[in-house]
Amino acid sequence: MKSNELIIDKQIQTRPTCYHCGEECRDEIIHSDDHEFCCEGCSTVYDILKENNLCSYYSIDGAQGISPDISYFQGKFDYLDLPEVAGKLLEFTDGKLSSVNWLIPKIHCSSCIWLLEQLNRFNPAIRSSVVNFPEKKVRITFDSQQIKLSELAALITKIGYEPYISMNDVEGSQSQKWNRTRLYKIGIAGFAFGNIMLLSFPEYFHLGESTSDQNLRTLFSIINLVLSLPVFFYCAADFFKSAWSALKGKYLNIDAPIALALLCVFLTSIYQIMSKTGPGYFDSLTGAVFFMLIGRYFQDKTYAGISFDRDYKSYFPVAVTVIKDGKENRVPITELAPGNIMLVRNQELIPADAVLISSRALIDYSFVSGEAEPIERHKGDTIYAGGKQTGLSVELEVLRKVSQSYLTQLWNNDTFTREKEDQNQTLTARINRYFSSVVLIISGLTFLFWFFILNQHETAFRAFTTSLLVACPCALLLSSTFTNGNLLSLFGKYRFYPKNADAIERLSHIDTIVFDKTGTITQTNEAEIEFIGNKLTEDELVIVKTLAMQSSHPLSRMLVRKLENITGSRRMLIHFEETGGAGIKAFWGKIEVKLGSSKWVENTNPTEKTDNASHVYVSIDKKIRGHFTLKSKYRPELAKTVNILQKEGFETYLLSGDKQTDRPILSPIFGKDTNLLFEQKPEEKLSFIENLQKKEGRNVLMIGDGLNDAGALRQSNVGLAVSDDINNFSPACDAIVEGNQLGKLPSFINLAKSGQRIIKISFAISLLYNLFGLSFAVAGKLSPVIAAILMPVSSITIVLFTTAATNISARKWIKN
Amino acid sequence: MSALYVLILVSLFVALAFLSTFIWSVRKGHFDDDCTPAMRILLDDGITNQNQSKTT
Repeated sequence: MKSNELIIDKQIQTRPTCYHCGEECRDEIIHSDDHEFCCEGCSTVYDILKENNLCSYYSIDGAQGISPDISYFQGKFDYLDLPEVAGKLLEFTDGKLSSVNWLIPKIHCSSCIWLLEQLNRFNPAIRSSVVNFPEKKVRITFDSQQIKLSELAALITKIGYEPYISMNDVEGSQSQKWNRTRLYKIGIAGFAFGNIMLLSFPEYFHLGESTSDQNLRTLFSIINLVLSLPVFFYCAADFFKSAWSALKGKYLNIDAPIALALLCVFLTSIYQIMSKTGPGYFDSLTGAVFFMLIGRYFQDKTYAGISFDRDYKSYFPVAVTVIKDGKENRVPITELAPGNIMLVRNQELIPADAVLISSRALIDYSFVSGEAEPIERHKGDTIYAGGKQTGLSVELEVLRKVSQSYLTQLWNNDTFTREKEDQNQTLTARINRYFSSVVLIISGLTFLFWFFILNQHETAFRAFTTSLLVACPCALLLSSTFTNGNLLSLFGKYRFYPKNADAIERLSHIDTIVFDKTGTITQTNEAEIEFIGNKLTEDELVIVKTLAMQSSHPLSRMLVRKLENITGSRRMLIHFEETGGAGIKAFWGKIEVKLGSSKWVENTNPTEKTDNASHVYVSIDKKIRGHFTLKSKYRPELAKTVNILQKEGFETYLLSGDKQTDRPILSPIFGKDTNLLFEQKPEEKLSFIENLQKKEGRNVLMIGDGLNDAGALRQSNVGLAVSDDINNFSPACDAIVEGNQLGKLPSFINLAKSGQRIIKISFAISLLYNLFGLSFAVAGKLSPVIAAILMPVSSITIVLFTTAATNISARKWIKN
Repeated sequence: MSALYVLILVSLFVALAFLSTFIWSVRKGHFDDDCTPAMRILLDDGITNQNQSKTT
């Protein structure tokens, strides 16, 4: 490798960056229009932009462009014009104007917004395009008589922004719209709260006690009553609904005491107004609802643009090429019927179980089974859905419909229909149960004391209701909603995205951690590459790289990346040939060069393969020069992370679908050899987790990435999906983490635990307030002013405390 | 004190007007995206007729 280092020294100053995408130009540099480009794709996009006078794209955020996907081919989006597909994708159409809302995962900067909102300058048939940046969506309104949906998709793909069209959309379950009713409720509650406060001022300061003002007081209390009606019946409806459904299920949830308090306060207030004994407590009632709604709004604010509930359908392409009477057609995969012949290109997913018709295919099953190395299949073999073809296009005959494929059967398991959240178990719910019974007992005793012993009936009612109201668990509710809401956004900063507050709480109870191997603790698309044999000269490396650059096979791509310091050149390369599953060859001038399997280079004394690595042999001029070994590369922080986790008392397991070959490397990391399990099928992974939970009573965190982990992720207490691009694929899970942040896992768990402590402390604080208020209330001396002041002050204290405490503990755990 | 009756009604009416404006704006989708408009406002949308963008 010494020669490589020398080359770095030589070339480092001379390498320009691409004018379009800002990446270093590694290979041939394309000079066009006084700018340098790293590839054809980038320079094409530049030409398109220039043609349309859109070069100010580059002056917004600099070179931020996106190189278009090289796997695009003419007709890829033709299926969008089928009426049944278009009908499901279009948000609106009147035959002339149509609008579509597409997810574009590549949106990342303000240049993207600018360019995507200038689409009408490419084609005037596009009337408008509006980007929603956090959701990474663009809503395009276009004239459907002048531009077809497929042309629209092709246009934005050509400038680098390929829309992500999944079967979920096509099947009609449009991603959930942001909940606007929530905002209506907050608005109405705030409106009522403000006005009722205003109308209650005379009461607070004992104004208007003279008899002449009696009419005004009655009017005020009636207006208060009217204003509180929508708050009680509309804004607070969710609390009652959830409390009722919990009661039906015979348990008390967090909403039950709230609903009870609201109901009591509402009824007492009505009684007071009707009997003219008092002004009621509508100000506190509406205020409590208002603050609680805001708290929930923060807690439930979801990460726009991330989907946690994807099933297998999101992984599958929407359409596949079917060959009929010698013609290629794009057909939605839902219409794929047994007997159809489909054409699957390089890196395309095979959507249904099928029989191979072409002579050879190299199928990458890493996504389904966790096996790292592509598997060779021959004519007549059955290929299960979920594999990816690597190499040349192959033809297959469909055996079963997509919905009946082997892979999709996993989703019929019970685990997928069960809800994970058990509301009874959350910390707040548990504390609340004690809390509400204590409050009820205190209020009851107070009532009895005043009513029977002191015989003051009036004061008895007042003391009862005020103690219920003052002890209203809203401050308690706020403590958990604001703590968890804050934690969600703090985690988000470190690219760890828990699905909701419950997921954080479950994370804090974890004692066992199960890792998947391929894609989770190994890095996708990266490999440790070594060359075994006589060292190649620099010229020979140029030849190897140039040859590898011509192929889209993953091994070739890894080789190209490894040889990044070598500048490839296509000048001398002729007669390039690729044979799927075997290798590539070409002539460099007059010399024949071959890259590929041992058989391909006609190796006469093949050595036994001992390690879990792919070998790429190099033969130049019919002489074998040696071979590259490509080994899957483990995340560099893996050993340290697992070590920390074990020291902190977590049991760690490895659960892989791959072969045993890496056991020697992994067992020192994981310690006990029995904690390493290989060759696990998806169902076995699921039942392994189930065993841990049921037989050993463990709380399991499963970390996985692929479809093969989907069952285990679902079964575990917390399913954590690892993804290198959070906007792309991840199976249904409770949390998503970006691959390079996995090393922070111990900190994440610690922070989740601190979160639980913070909730407990803020419970204590609000309890102090409650005791203070309660002592007045029990004595029957709590005036409405103090109640009205106490409530918001305690809420604000809780909000401030939780915000400060979560930020401090985040700094403590994650920075160190 | 009868002026108060009018005052109260008028103030409630004004408050209701603000509430309905809020509901209208939520319905129109003004609160669906609270991030992009802040970025969009800083972008130029004028057509630049200079065919060559500046070289260095």
